[in-house]
Amino acid sequence: MKRPARTHPLWLAYILHRLSGLILALFLPVHFYVLSQAITNPALLDGFLKFAEIPVVKVAEYGLVFLLAVHMFGGLRLMALEWLPWTAPQKTLAAGAVGAAFFLSTIFFLQAV
Amino acid sequence: MEVKAEFLNVTVSRGSGDGVYQEAFQVPAYDNQTVLDVVSWIQQNVDPTLTYRFACRVGMCGSCAMMVNGQPRWTCRTHVKKVSTNQKLKIEPLRNLPVIKDLVADMDPFFGKWVEAEGVHHPTRTRYEPIEQIDPQDAARTTANEGIECINCAVCYAACDTVTNNADYLGPAALQRAWTVYNDVKDADKSAILDAVSGKGGCHSCHSIGSCTHYCPNELNPMQAIAGLKRATSKSFFKKGR
Amino acid sequence: MDIRLYMAQRLSALVMAPLVLGHIAVMIYAVQSGITTAEILGRTQGSILWFLFYGTFVLAVSVHAAVGVRVILNEWLGIKGNTLNLLSWAIGIGLLLLGGRAVLAVTFL
Repeated sequence: MKRPARTHPLWLAYILHRLSGLILALFLPVHFYVLSQAITNPALLDGFLKFAEIPVVKVAEYGLVFLLAVHMFGGLRLMALEWLPWTAPQKTLAAGAVGAAFFLSTIFFLQAV
Repeated sequence: MEVKAEFLNVTVSRGSGDGVYQEAFQVPAYDNQTVLDVVSWIQQNVDPTLTYRFACRVGMCGSCAMMVNGQPRWTCRTHVKKVSTNQKLKIEPLRNLPVIKDLVADMDPFFGKWVEAEGVHHPTRTRYEPIEQIDPQDAARTTANEGIECINCAVCYAACDTVTNNADYLGPAALQRAWTVYNDVKDADKSAILDAVSGKGGCHSCHSIGSCTHYCPNELNPMQAIAGLKRATSKSFFKKGR
Repeated sequence: MDIRLYMAQRLSALVMAPLVLGHIAVMIYAVQSGITTAEILGRTQGSILWFLFYGTFVLAVSVHAAVGVRVILNEWLGIKGNTLNLLSWAIGIGLLLLGGRAVLAVTFL
């Protein structure tokens, strides 16, 4: 059966939140493993940090930072919707504004590097 | 009504279970025509065995909801022109419910969940006591009023992706009903309601996707009602530790 | 998801919100001069504050990710009952162990 149209903003917010969370959860074990090599195998960590300097990898890192930021702001939006007695459009707008602001500032900072 | 020399190409889902198939019909197009008119025309002029539900035809009874071009609609108040630009209509039974036959969905799971969500009245007084006076401006009453126009059409239930993914989930209509009764000053057992919506398929399963609110034909806001239940259950969690 | 899982999910999220902001700030600061093992260790080693910051972060994220992935496993893969419980605990404890080792590696080991 055909599914209902999902192009309304809150469905997109839902799928973005779910996928960003899933990708972050998959990334975490790798992140933890590599860091834990700091003492026992510093060469491996340094090798990895060099690998992280490659431009393509930089873009991937930027993607991860964005996913982290967007998952956090998406989550704060959900908690505001659930726990604060606001009305729906206000919440969407507020979260959108903060999210966009943060998105832009992240770009700015990474550009400034 | 003037008959135009053109037709609608209508695909209707027939049968049930393993025997579901799509049947095509040509239906005369009119200037003013609802989706329910189209279904009725087929039943009256082509195939009297076509099975579907309707009663009031004016958007009050909630019995004629179907999937129209993939979206849940109350068919008696949905004009063909609003949902079809190319003279094509695809009509199917409501999503997320078992099919009895053709366009008739089995509503048992839907209404069963209303009872499971404790959306039933718990009286504060007996019939031998005077009727309680309610202030219509009261904050709780105002909140309860926001949900009372629900006609149980199950459009929200069919629109909800969480219902599709999680068979235990009580769904937007039942939870909105629970929130309405919870805010009813004349309801005596608020904690029974909070307990009923705090289990495995309760209000906490909702991901605030908002398709319920997006599709509700009466423009109610089940998503906000469910958020209210989340707030109320969270408060009681901190108070009672459960 | 019942009320206990919901509260675990939301409370761990509340704990993490300021930590995420801090973490992003550190990343932006550190990336400007290039990150090396020596640079990371110079910043974090022997620091009780960094240990508490990232220790709390790891604890909260283990709970949060376990509940979050649990919901996805249930909704998208149809996993239920004991299998679902077992997988959720495995994810939570696994992240806690891996994360705990990483925090110790850059602070006190």
